Amino acid sequence: MTRIAAVCLAFALMATLAACGKPQFSDAEKATIASLALSALPLLEPDTTNRFADDPGAAALGSTLFFDQKLSRDGTVSCSTCHKIERQFQDDLPLAVGVGRTNRRTMPLAGVAYNAWFFWDGRRDSLWSQALTPLENPLEHAGNRAAYAHYIEARFGERYERIFGPLPDLSAVPANATPLGADVEKAAWASMTDSQRDGVNRIFVNIGKAIAAFERSLMPPPTRFDRFAEALASGTEPQGDAILSDEEVQGLKLFIGRANCVTCHNGPLFTDGSFHNVGVPPAANLPPDRGRIDAVAEVEADPFNCLGPYRDGGPDACGELRFIRKTGEELVRAFKTPSLRGAATRPPYMHAGQFATLEQVVANYLDAPASVESTTEQHPVQLSERERAALVAFLKTLGE
Amino acid sequence: MASLGRYLLAAFGLAAVLLGVLAAVYVSGFGRHDAASDISRSRKTANGLFMVSIEPEKGAVRQGELHTWLVTVTTAAGQPVEYAAIDVSGGMPEHNHGLPTSPQVTDYLGNGHYRIEGMKFTMRGWWQLRLSISAAAGSDTAIFNLAL
Repeated sequence: MTRIAAVCLAFALMATLAACGKPQFSDAEKATIASLALSALPLLEPDTTNRFADDPGAAALGSTLFFDQKLSRDGTVSCSTCHKIERQFQDDLPLAVGVGRTNRRTMPLAGVAYNAWFFWDGRRDSLWSQALTPLENPLEHAGNRAAYAHYIEARFGERYERIFGPLPDLSAVPANATPLGADVEKAAWASMTDSQRDGVNRIFVNIGKAIAAFERSLMPPPTRFDRFAEALASGTEPQGDAILSDEEVQGLKLFIGRANCVTCHNGPLFTDGSFHNVGVPPAANLPPDRGRIDAVAEVEADPFNCLGPYRDGGPDACGELRFIRKTGEELVRAFKTPSLRGAATRPPYMHAGQFATLEQVVANYLDAPASVESTTEQHPVQLSERERAALVAFLKTLGE
Repeated sequence: MASLGRYLLAAFGLAAVLLGVLAAVYVSGFGRHDAASDISRSRKTANGLFMVSIEPEKGAVRQGELHTWLVTVTTAAGQPVEYAAIDVSGGMPEHNHGLPTSPQVTDYLGNGHYRIEGMKFTMRGWWQLRLSISAAAGSDTAIFNLAL
């Protein structure tokens, strides 16, 4: 009898000890978890480079324009063609398809206004200048700014003028003209006066500023992880779907611990907003894509960048562009850290949709293969199959 | 009763071993990089030419935001170093990458004080800030460790 009692007592003691060291979290882990919660997201700062950023009329016009297929060469492509409202403002395709197929994956838009740099390579430095780029890209909307200016005047004239003031005289402006694009459009652009070109550019810019005003309202919804984090921070027991399973908790601990995910996927949007080479393999049948290193010259040359004449407000807002990192091997094949909110339900992954599943993504980070050019920042991490599965299970709590 | 004592002893022994292992892992994790342990914001340059102090201009440094730092350069004897050329670089030694921005000295404020704009730290962890200083006395470098 005493022997059985003793064995029971010993097991009870060990179980108690095990429970003490079990899931729950150290103070450092709690602080990290709190830093990832959506409640830690600060209010959006005003965008002084766009004086219409918080103008409800501009946002409403921007919303109309976002869904307007007429803002394209052949009337078939709107922003929402790839940024689908019912699909987290992305399209589930490895490569976006507008008028033609592009070389990059469509990015989702929740929280997009918190970015300092736009696109996978950061080749634009404001939400409004970003919105202009696909409009003239021959593979996306494939239109031209003179045609857009005429369309705005004809279709939205009064509404536009109520927000932005009087339209310029467009009567002598060619139907199609842009400094980019086809030779005939370039020639038409060159034939215009400086004042005509500036007038068209201002309408074009205001299209971007209106769309940006609309996009500032696109925020990520709270998830199971956020409800869990809130309970943890307040010291209450998580209830209902805020309860994370043992596997999800293990995944969370790995995410903020040994797997080092939180190094780059930090803050409430799970991104550092910066650019990294993480050894993602190139997509098959695409030209070489060198990422950030090739975007630097492009954003510096962009006439719509923060230091250009179309910015509202003062140059104090242009710190990111003024102090842009221009050189270094680490910019080669560096792409922006994407947010992980909602990622579990929007495969495929990476800048050209190279990976079909989260399991493949996790494997790439942990195995840290060499980069085809330059050097990956990743170091290999040894995780068991169960631990890898736990990481994936945790990532799913960011999308429910 | 003797066997109960033995079992208890075994259980405690096991617990002690586990705790020891955990403690070793914990301690080794914290002692990982001695180079990063000196986080003083005032130091001599490598060859002793200058004394350099740094501080963020507006108190706390927030991850992911651009901010400015103030740098004070004096000679080893404590004389302010005027109109030095200061090159700013750095990065995260553990992640094979430099600074995410290219900070620059944008202003000489007099009396050996300089302003650096465009500093940004995108991650938590061990950062290094390297200031290469050239002035009449010569050129020298100071490396600061920053723990974010």
